[in-house]
Amino acid sequence: MQVKINISLKTGVLDPQGRAVESALSGLGFTDASDVRIGKQIMLDIDAEDSARAEQRAARMCESLLANTVIEDYSIEVIDPS
Amino acid sequence: MRSAILIFPGSNCDRDMMVAVERITGRRPALVWHKESQLDPVDIVIIPGGFSFGDYLRCGALAARAPAMEAVVDHASRGGAVLGVCNGFQILLETGLLPGTLVRNSGLKFVCRETRLAVQETIETPLLSNLATGTELVIPVAHNEGNYFADVALLDSLEQGGQVALRYVQNDPARAANPNGSARDIAGILSANGRVMGMMPHPERAMGNGHASEDGREFLTSVLEGVAR
Repeated sequence: MQVKINISLKTGVLDPQGRAVESALSGLGFTDASDVRIGKQIMLDIDAEDSARAEQRAARMCESLLANTVIEDYSIEVIDPS
Repeated sequence: MRSAILIFPGSNCDRDMMVAVERITGRRPALVWHKESQLDPVDIVIIPGGFSFGDYLRCGALAARAPAMEAVVDHASRGGAVLGVCNGFQILLETGLLPGTLVRNSGLKFVCRETRLAVQETIETPLLSNLATGTELVIPVAHNEGNYFADVALLDSLEQGGQVALRYVQNDPARAANPNGSARDIAGILSANGRVMGMMPHPERAMGNGHASEDGREFLTSVLEGVAR
């Protein structure tokens, strides 16, 4: 089952990369862009009988490795193959 | 004095650390490959700097889950001493042996320069045994993710609990004391039992003999004598 995991910095955690990109956007004339935050997306296949189980496994993976929960939040989306 | 230095794919300060420890103690540390799941008994485990696993996912994240780190957690749980330098500090945080995390330098640039550190008043620890509170040491940093981050409650508890070991203080008047935006100028912290220390500066790069400073030798001597007692 294909699973999409989104990892983003928690609110309040400084994102210097986002800030630099925001200033570059502004330099290109995109002054309407603000609060740029950069995260990451992890796609993976999980061998599971149903999407609830896949989501549960993905959450375990996030807690034990994929996200640093001190500074990062994660969200999980199971992409149903049917 | 028995010591071990862990090596991960991408570690690059392991040899410098080995030479530094051997110069001070006269005894060569055991070099332990990350796939080893057991450690021979040692007085201290040192996790050196570098770019373990290419800094993939997050700095230190993959190294923290290596078999050798399970052995280090065991060693620490029995009260064993551990020192993590730079990437070693990042690995200790990812393992949970130390609290908080290290994020990207606030200036967005890799920082490689001398810093001046002040030894803080801490809980009892063998790792700073010969260094009086307020001792200042010039030791270089070289990192991209050395900006210590924790929530206010944790920072307060580290300070109140005497777990802040080293802070950046003014060195070159033309430059900010703090090289990376680290919270409360923290350069190194201790575990609650005072037996595990993580620090961003590289004492093995301040050993005299052509290095700009000899203060790293003083620092490492204190660490190694402290844990040998």
